[in-house]
Amino acid sequence: MELQSKYKTLRDVPQIDYLAPGGSLCAGCGGLLAVRLFHKVLGKNVVWVNAAGCMTIMVNYPLVPLKSNWLYTAFASAPAGAQGIRDAFDILIRKGKIPESEDLKVVVLTGDGAAYDIGLQSTSGAIYRNLDFYYLCYDNQAYGNTGFQVSSATPVGSATATTPPVPSEPAGNIQKRKDLFEIWRAHNPPYIATLSSSYTVDFLRKVEKGSTFKGPKLYISLAGCPTGWGYDPRETIREEKLAVETGIWPLKEAVEGKVKHTVVPRALKPVEEYLATQSRYQHLFNPVRRKEVIRSIQEQVNLYWEEASKREDFEIKLVNT
Amino acid sequence: MLMTGNMAAAWGARLGRADYIPAYPITPQTEIIETIAKWVRLGEMDAKLVQMESEHSMLTAAGAASLAGARVFTATSSQGLLYALEMLYNISGWRAPMMLINVARALAAPITLEPDHNDVLAARDTGFLQFHAETCQEVLDLILLAYRVAEDSSVLLPAIVNLDGFYLSFTREKVTLPSEQDVSTFLPDYNPPNPFRANMPVSKGATVLNGALYSYFKYHMHTSSIRALSVFEEAALQFERIFGRSYSPVEPYMMDDAEFVIVISNSFSTIAKQAVRRLRERGFPAGLLKLRMLRPFPSSLVARYLSARRGVAVFDQNISLGSGGIIYPEVVASLYHRRNRPQLLLPVIGGLGGKQITVEEMEKIFEAIKNEIGAESPDPIFLMRQEELETTKNMVRTAKEVQI
Repeated sequence: MELQSKYKTLRDVPQIDYLAPGGSLCAGCGGLLAVRLFHKVLGKNVVWVNAAGCMTIMVNYPLVPLKSNWLYTAFASAPAGAQGIRDAFDILIRKGKIPESEDLKVVVLTGDGAAYDIGLQSTSGAIYRNLDFYYLCYDNQAYGNTGFQVSSATPVGSATATTPPVPSEPAGNIQKRKDLFEIWRAHNPPYIATLSSSYTVDFLRKVEKGSTFKGPKLYISLAGCPTGWGYDPRETIREEKLAVETGIWPLKEAVEGKVKHTVVPRALKPVEEYLATQSRYQHLFNPVRRKEVIRSIQEQVNLYWEEASKREDFEIKLVNT
Repeated sequence: MLMTGNMAAAWGARLGRADYIPAYPITPQTEIIETIAKWVRLGEMDAKLVQMESEHSMLTAAGAASLAGARVFTATSSQGLLYALEMLYNISGWRAPMMLINVARALAAPITLEPDHNDVLAARDTGFLQFHAETCQEVLDLILLAYRVAEDSSVLLPAIVNLDGFYLSFTREKVTLPSEQDVSTFLPDYNPPNPFRANMPVSKGATVLNGALYSYFKYHMHTSSIRALSVFEEAALQFERIFGRSYSPVEPYMMDDAEFVIVISNSFSTIAKQAVRRLRERGFPAGLLKLRMLRPFPSSLVARYLSARRGVAVFDQNISLGSGGIIYPEVVASLYHRRNRPQLLLPVIGGLGGKQITVEEMEKIFEAIKNEIGAESPDPIFLMRQEELETTKNMVRTAKEVQI
């Protein structure tokens, strides 16, 4: 039976914020927006367990914008930090050393560098042990905090600081993104979802829905990155929305392993409508149009949705290539 | 009762009422976590043991659990310690007291199993307090003492208790187990300052993008570590009153009127003590100073015991390649400002990769001090017996020449 959600329209977005304004992150940071929304659903009784990344700078001594608890661990092992805290609370409550009212929801917060690359081992371990925790990956599709180097979340065609387009490699990055959703799903956690702040109600519902499960609740949120992707900070919501409308960023969930797309565009927009708005893809348009690269990106998107529509039996109009 | 060094370490966790034991197997430490795992499963120990996917994660979980208010115990060796090394710096910076047992084992490459101290001494700059044990009883007692010091509100730093792989980890000795009640008197429940809580949120491990502020925190940690020495001495007095065993940061052995002294730590101390006794029987004024506390380094005690001796040898069971022993310069630095410092400070390196050191070799060291061998040079003497050298040469020849 489907959960009756508190969140039906944008009017249902909780007014309360657990994140103070005026923090030290970039203007227009999509990752920060995701943290803010996530926190609204979870409430204040949270401990964030952070891996090295952009969000690490958010808690900058002596100024802390959070009304909740925070631990910075290391690049590779935030999920292990979550394990230690969850286990400590469980045993201290069981032994009667602290009251249940002091308990916290444990949330791992990492970027894609930690989630897809250096921290994959510790994530795998935590899911394997069925740790009762949340994992929020703000995915800006590169190592943003160090100046936008390629990660295994970087899409084909993106320029990064370590995959600059050059005559011998005109496409920029040519490696395909790891499918982290499927890597996580292979571990059989109770709940996984992709998110985008631009689909706010979908976002809030998924956090709400995940909360009903004990065990790993895993989220990959698209995180528009004005400095890395190269667009005006005010456009973050529009960029993320375009990513969904072009089918580049599918919004879906997996409940006990069963995948369902939660937002299905009736007709996909051509990927170039999204690509053309960002500096990281400008080499695909100027000085010459890299038709074959754009076409192959479109083909990948089409293939993905064709298969998904068959599996889940929904209608979607693809873009002709 | 008779037990191995590993078993004594497990009893340290049990009697110390550890709440949480993140674990990961590695030889020669594994017996410790296996023992605790069994106790926890049988309900003989009220704690949670979780086997992690690496030592790096194990230490992350350990430090994080301490910040949530649990008393934490864990153990590793060698490669495991180095794999986790990044987290050691974090945990001390978090001011998260916890217990890490290191069962010493030499480092790859070449990969090997027997001990030297390059593993544990790689952690010397991390902010972890370090205590090194010679006997199984000492393993247990130092765990209780180290918990007490680490959790003291004027210290708040994690601790390592080191025991040598094989020589101590698998050696059975008589160990007196204290009563649970006496241990609770000596080591009350951990009362964490500012743990993670719903009603009083805290941030730990905040970013510090300011050199002066960073320096301030490091200085604070340093002075806390230095303070651990007097906190240890006070705790040791109470320990002696309750349990009848006395521990100081350094242990002098036959040091009254000793003219020639060896400075040493860990399990080879037992062999060196035997050499000292034999030399004394022959009228040779030998003495021994055992380093029990390596961090903070007990400089003033070292200086007090070594000043006015004729010659001192520092036995390093480790090597900083391209420099020499790691303890040697620390002893030298402790003595430099003393007017009556010994004229001869002889650096000796022995026991790498668990190479056995005989009583005769220990006696040779004293002979070398007396004859002022090496007085002209800071290069360390490497211990190797003739028959070991010949066997080694044979093996090297085999590797080079034998073809199938």
